[in-house]
Formats: sequence, structure tokens, C-alpha cells
Amino acid sequence: MALFKKKEKNNEDYYLASQWTLMGRKLVKHRLARISMFILGFLYISALFANFIAPYNLTAYDSKYMNLQPTKVHMFHEGNFEGPFVYGIDVERDAKTKQKIYVENDEVYKVQFFVKGSEYKLLGLFKTDRHLFGVEEGGKIFLFGADSMGRDLFSRMFLGSQISLTIPFVGASISFILGLLLGGISGYFGGMVDNVIQRVIEVLSSLPTIPLWMALSAAIPANISVVKVYLYITIILSFISWTGLARVVRGKFISLRNEDFVMAAKLAGVTDFKIILKHLVPGFLGYLIVNVTLEIPSMIIGETSMSFLGLGIRSPATSWGVLLEETKTITSIATYPWRLIPLFAVILTVLAFNFLGDGLRDAADPYK
Amino acid sequence: MWKYISKRLLIAIPTIILISFAIFFIIQLPEGDYISSYISRMTSEGERFTEADIQALRAQYGLDKPWYAQYFVWMVNIVTKGDFGYSFAYSRPVWSVIMDRLPLTIIVSLTIMIFTYAVSIPIGIYSALHQYSVGDYIFTAIGFLGMAIPNFLLAIILMYTSFKWTGDPLIGLFSTDMLQNGIHFYNIGEFLKHMIIPTIVIGTSGTCKVIRTVRAQMLDESVKQYTLTARAKGVSERVITYKYCLRAALNPVVSGLASSLSSIFSGSTISAIVMNLAIQGPVLYDALKVQDMYLAGTILLVQAILIIIGTLISDIVLAALDPRIRLAERGA
Repeated sequence: MALFKKKEKNNEDYYLASQWTLMGRKLVKHRLARISMFILGFLYISALFANFIAPYNLTAYDSKYMNLQPTKVHMFHEGNFEGPFVYGIDVERDAKTKQKIYVENDEVYKVQFFVKGSEYKLLGLFKTDRHLFGVEEGGKIFLFGADSMGRDLFSRMFLGSQISLTIPFVGASISFILGLLLGGISGYFGGMVDNVIQRVIEVLSSLPTIPLWMALSAAIPANISVVKVYLYITIILSFISWTGLARVVRGKFISLRNEDFVMAAKLAGVTDFKIILKHLVPGFLGYLIVNVTLEIPSMIIGETSMSFLGLGIRSPATSWGVLLEETKTITSIATYPWRLIPLFAVILTVLAFNFLGDGLRDAADPYK
Repeated sequence: MWKYISKRLLIAIPTIILISFAIFFIIQLPEGDYISSYISRMTSEGERFTEADIQALRAQYGLDKPWYAQYFVWMVNIVTKGDFGYSFAYSRPVWSVIMDRLPLTIIVSLTIMIFTYAVSIPIGIYSALHQYSVGDYIFTAIGFLGMAIPNFLLAIILMYTSFKWTGDPLIGLFSTDMLQNGIHFYNIGEFLKHMIIPTIVIGTSGTCKVIRTVRAQMLDESVKQYTLTARAKGVSERVITYKYCLRAALNPVVSGLASSLSSIFSGSTISAIVMNLAIQGPVLYDALKVQDMYLAGTILLVQAILIIIGTLISDIVLAALDPRIRLAERGA
């Protein structure tokens, strides 16, 4: 009897649940979407604490260790357990090619946790100099190797994620607002306004994106602060991508504006603005969120392409695109394959956003 | 039909004018012009210019006028004389610079497009018919990976792999033999070999988009009432799949034709720079960099016109595919 009661209660729950609760439940059931949410949560939290996780800061470099291969972390020294440690690095010349090679010597530098390092502001608020890990004085740890200036790739990848993960987010939000607003106006009012907006969309989407980026980013003035460049890039990316969303919103508005409930609201004297916001938008908000989620990965790829063309963030600031730009020749991949490591971060993020978007789409579909 | 096409072409004219205006506006946005970038290059090589020289140069190229006047002159020359302007960097008329690479660009773009559809539609059907099978998962995974790897990196990785396996990184579109002895029937295979990497690189993102669309559409159609009816009255699965469902499923694929053309143009710009392909992408990139504005403007204009033609073709194919769409009536 108790069991039966419980089931009935669940049923009641189901029928009384709001649309959003239902969506949430379905989303959690989608296995890939759930895993993706964890991965994205992890990535964003690590971006938030990037300064703490990274053993070195943005400006740190050591020309002695140019293009150093990833440092190996050892556990045993001459048969004795020492805990995690790294060996010191000697620079030698290859007898044949005369190229710089790096060999481990037998100096032991222990890996330590919560060590003192360069000063930074945690979450932009608290001044501190603690880092998650580091090695004893005199040693160097390059988990993912070093770049052509002897900068630690591991640190730069985490610090770069701050930019690479937020640009698409901010950009997608801007294009979401633009698309909703312009698509809404176009679809709801129709007529002349609709015509003008549609022509603008048509023109923007007939232009191949890359030349547009090139021209627009060439218009970014030189010698401005990194933050401003960042802002400009975000605006450029969203300026191009809002058109697709606006089309969708317009279509939805056109199909909804002749519904009886809109007519009823109009007769009751509700203002246009309120009808749009309270009666129309909630009807397809789920769909829009899916669209925005699927927009983010293409913006991440867009950011890397812009950096590849030298149009993105400038040194010493970094992003995944800037890091990948170093791999743009075959020789660099052949000789320094570890430079491809940031690519895995890009792939992981793009896949996670795609799967999350898929899950959201299934969850937002009331007929499934 | 012809009435519809001619009407659509008429509507396209104001759109093209708007686009050309937008293109010209965007190109002149960056500070300076060709003369200033030319002079900064020349001064770094030790040349000296007086203010009068600079003024004379600007006047000679017509760059002393405001940009909208330059646009007007450019447009009038195109319409009245078919003259697309003069490329500063190549010291030749723009049209002859473009004709160097336009045929190859169109061949490459068309090959990639045919490849995209020839590969992705069958895969999409397969994935839908065998939902959640091993093959479905493998194709989905490959498709996602293709979408997640930036084009230029995929190109470099593939060239490196090809270099490791065959000792030839397959850079460019022609083998050394073709460059030395010209293109003959016997070495056309070489060209096809050199097309493999560009096709994969530029085509993948489009391919996986089409695969996903076809798969989702086929799955949607397969549970609809008309499919059920057909099955109930004993129509064979083959006919249901290929004659009923596929026809309906191809609708969004066909309407995406123009946008896929646009993404091929964009994708090929970056990939062509990496792979040193003799197509228009790199020319456009350099022209935008040195502000060779008439060249850049014309290339963009040609691409935009091709995209508009693509839209028109896709609308016509759509009408052929879906009998509910009647072009002539709507156009008239």
C-alpha cells in the first residue's frame, strides 16, 4: 500500500511540475549531457582558479628552457621512494645536429603543494602568493613542456582558458540579446521594419565570415589594452553570429503572433512589449537556450581561427588560440608535439558544449 | 519557372548593391589605405617620400577622395565598362588577377561540396536506419571530432601524417611533376591525391552538419503517420526509406546549400593559407592585409554573388523536391 501511495505521489509530482523542472529532470537523465555538465563545471572552476593552479604567471619565462619537452614526474630515486619529484635539467648539444637537447641530471627537486610563488589576486579579490603546486627552489616543472620563449605551457593553458572560455560565453550572450531583440521586432511588427532587418541579415550572412573578421579586427586600433582587445573580439564574433538566431526568433514570432491568446491579450489592453516578454518569449525560450549553447563551440573555434590569423589576443596575454598558433607549421608539430596539448582542451570543451546542447534540445522537446 | 527565376534575379540586384556597399564600407574601416601601407614598406627599405609625392600617389590611384566617392566610381565602372578596378599590389587590372585563380577556386569548392553531400547523405541515412548501432556511434564521433578540431590544425596534422606515411606532405594542389611538365591526362591522379587533404579539412565541418541534419530528419520522418500508413498497406521498406522519408528529410539540407557554400569559402581561406593552395583565399587575405581594396572588394563581391546564385539554385531544387512548394505561383 505504501509503495502504491508513493508512486501515486510521484505521478502527481510529474503532472504538477513546471516546464523547467521537467526539462531539468530530462536533462539529468541524458547521460552524455550529464558528463558534459561535469566537464564544463570542472573547466570553468579551473579557469576561475587558474592563477592558483598555474605554477607560473603570464609574464614568467626562462630563455634557458626554450622548447623544453614536458618534465617527467618521478617517484623513485635510485630505488628509494622519494614521493613525487623532478630531476634538474642540463642543456646539451646533439653531437650530430648541433640542436639543443635537454637531459635530466641527478639533482632531486621535490614537488610541493601549496607553495609560495609569484603574487596574484585570487578571484580578483584576495592577494596571495600560494600556488597549488611547485618544486623546490632551483628546480623547474614544465608539466606540458615549454614554448619557444621558455614559458610553461601548463600554466599558459590554464591562464588562457580564462579568455577562451569566457569570450564565447559573453559573445553568445550578446548575440542572444541581439538576435532576440531584432528577430522579435522583425517578426512581431512585420512590414517595413521586417523588410529592413531581413535585408541586413541577408547581407551579413552572404559575406564569408573570415574576411569579415579580418576587416573588423584590422579596424581594432593598435596599442590598446588587452581587456579592450578582448572586448572588441567578443563584439566581432557576436556581431556576425546573431543573424541565425534572429531568423529563428522571427519565424517563431510570425507563427505565434496570430494565436488566439495573443489576440486575447491585445484585447485586454496588454502592451506590445509585455506581450512579447510575457506571452511569446516563454513559449520558445528553451529552444533559444539550445541555440545559444550550440553557438558557443563555434565561437571557441572562431577564436582559435582569429588567433591563427594573428587577429586575436596579443602577447603576453594568452588564449588557447594563441597557444595553438605556435603549431601552425609542420616542423613545429614534428619537433615539439607537446604544443598540441591545448588542442585537447579545445576538443574537450567543444564536444562538451555540443553534447550539452543535444541534451538540452531533447529535454526542451515536450514531445519526447 | 522562368518567370520566377527572372523575378528572383531582379530582386537579387538591390541585395548585391547593398552587399557591395557593405563590403566596401568594411574594407575601408581599418586606418590608412594602400598608399600608407606601401609607403611604410618602402621607407623601411630606405626610400624617402615627400608629402607632395604621397599626395600625388593618392591622386593617381584616386584614393584622395572620400570612401563613398571611391565606391561610386568603382560601381559605375563595373556597371558601365565591366572594369573592376586596378590592383595596386599586382599592378594589373583586378579582373585579370581574379581570373588567374577563379576557375581553380570554383573547381575546388565544387569538389568539396559534391564530396560533402555524397558522403554525408548516405552516412546520415545509415545512422538513422541503424540508430545507436556501433556504426552510428563511430560516425557521430568522427563527425563531432571533425567539428571540434580547428581547420588549420586539422590540415597541419593531416599533412604531417601524410609526410610520415608516404614521405610527401602533399602541399599545394599540384605535384612537382605537374608544375614542371604541365597538366596532362596521366598526372590528373596526382591532382586528385593533392585534393584529398583540402577536401577532408574544408569539407568535414559541413559534412558532419549534414550528417546530423539528415539523421535527425530521417528519425523524425520515420515515426510520422504517413510512414505508418505506408507500412500498414505493405509498401516495402526500401520505398518508404528512399522515396518517402528521404525526400522529406532532404528539405533542410537543400535549403542549407547557400550557407554551406559560404562556409566553404571561409574555411578554404584559412586552410589554403596553411596548405599553400593556389585558390583565392590567400589572395584575399593578402589583399585585405595590404588594403588592396579593389581586389579584396571584387573577390568578396564575386563570392557573395556565387552565394546568392547558390540560394537561388537551392530554392529551385527545393521546389523540385517538395511538390507543396510552387515557385511560379508564388513568384508571380
